[in-house]
Amino acid sequence: MTDLGTLIPRNREIHPPAYDVGYKTSVVRSPTQPLLSMESTLTEETGPMFGHSLLGPLDNNLILNYTQGRAPAVGERILVHGRVLDENNRPQKGVLVEAWQANAGGRYRHKKDGYLAPLDPNFGGCGRALTDENGYYEFLTIRPGAYPWPNRGNDWRPMHIHFSIFGTGFGQRLISQMYFEGDPLIRNCPIAATIKNRSHLDRLVAPLDMSKSRPLDHLAYKFDIVLRGRRQTMFENKMEGM
Amino acid sequence: MVQKLDTLEETPSQTAGPYVHIGCIPTFAGVEGVYPEDLGKRAIEDGAKGEVITITGSVFDGTGWALRDAMMESWQPDAAGKFPGQKGADPKVNGFCRFAADGETGEFTLKTVKPGKVPYREGGHQAPHIALWITARGINTGLQTRIYFEDEDNEGDPLLSRIEQQHRRDTLIAKKTGEGQYRFDIRLQGEGETVFLDL
Ligand SMILES: [Fe+2]
Repeated sequence: MTDLGTLIPRNREIHPPAYDVGYKTSVVRSPTQPLLSMESTLTEETGPMFGHSLLGPLDNNLILNYTQGRAPAVGERILVHGRVLDENNRPQKGVLVEAWQANAGGRYRHKKDGYLAPLDPNFGGCGRALTDENGYYEFLTIRPGAYPWPNRGNDWRPMHIHFSIFGTGFGQRLISQMYFEGDPLIRNCPIAATIKNRSHLDRLVAPLDMSKSRPLDHLAYKFDIVLRGRRQTMFENKMEGM
Repeated sequence: MVQKLDTLEETPSQTAGPYVHIGCIPTFAGVEGVYPEDLGKRAIEDGAKGEVITITGSVFDGTGWALRDAMMESWQPDAAGKFPGQKGADPKVNGFCRFAADGETGEFTLKTVKPGKVPYREGGHQAPHIALWITARGINTGLQTRIYFEDEDNEGDPLLSRIEQQHRRDTLIAKKTGEGQYRFDIRLQGEGETVFLDL
């Protein structure tokens, strides 16, 4: 909120197009008219900020937060960590990162998910964290299972974690998904394939990070996130300081 | 090779999927006990200054079906046009709200205060409006739009005045249905398609 400034226009080339015939639900949910483009206003440049009082001690621990520490979730223990930056390579401090995912068998705790893999009584599937001074966040969780979904005849989602990220302006709002390095299902997935350029898709694939793995405890994956930046010119900076 | 820029590119978007509720409004989704309450449960607290209003609507797909799985977020200033965090803003206005289409009917409701007009560059202003962000399965990048009000002076609003066709401009204007009651339907595609924004 203190960090006002015009947002850099979104580079729509890196985002998936609204309409993608391979992802069937997008066919009737995609606008056909062009977006109305305009320079950001105060409405997009400001946004909600959340304080540490929001967070409970287990909020970023998906292994324990559903039972509030009573019993751990089933699955391969992993740490997912990284930094939230903006396009100017500046860390986004104190911004909210939310994550949600299927359990180790690929099942979500959601009434619309009828997959035959069982629910884990100790796994809810959501977590949240605020970034620190360096834009850093981490989640302790279990590796989510791949799961089938109704689209084409036999489509499976690769292992993934959904991410929702706030910046300091509402116009920076972003939802995306993190995939896991080496998962062969990524190349068959129609949702991953909505991103047309493989190098852009690779930005969503978290590498195994042994430097953050803890012996006899968990593996680690690194997932950095970049939000829209704010345009800053020397001229504008000087004007503000006057 | 030319010099290398030291800027980064934004992380590409992916659909929020059908289970967005688990991550954003888990209590609503039946995942209880992880958080004391869902984030953005109320746009305002008791005692917020201004006219309390209710906006009801649905998000329709290209076949005219109201989405049952949409999750929306709103962001707005207080009745005096100040955003939360700005000096002098009404402490009872959270400004941010999360709400979902009803799983049975597809209707959503947003209870808030009527926002004030907001300053715009060179002494101008923007007509009162609420920013809206829509996610659902099948929406690959969250859709931005705005709710304006038919009983406000929308003349000269910098965004509305960029829309040439009156009938398209009207897609951003909530209809008054009663005292403090408005209707705002969103059409993702086809006839009456809502104007979606890139700003
Ligand atoms: Fe998923």
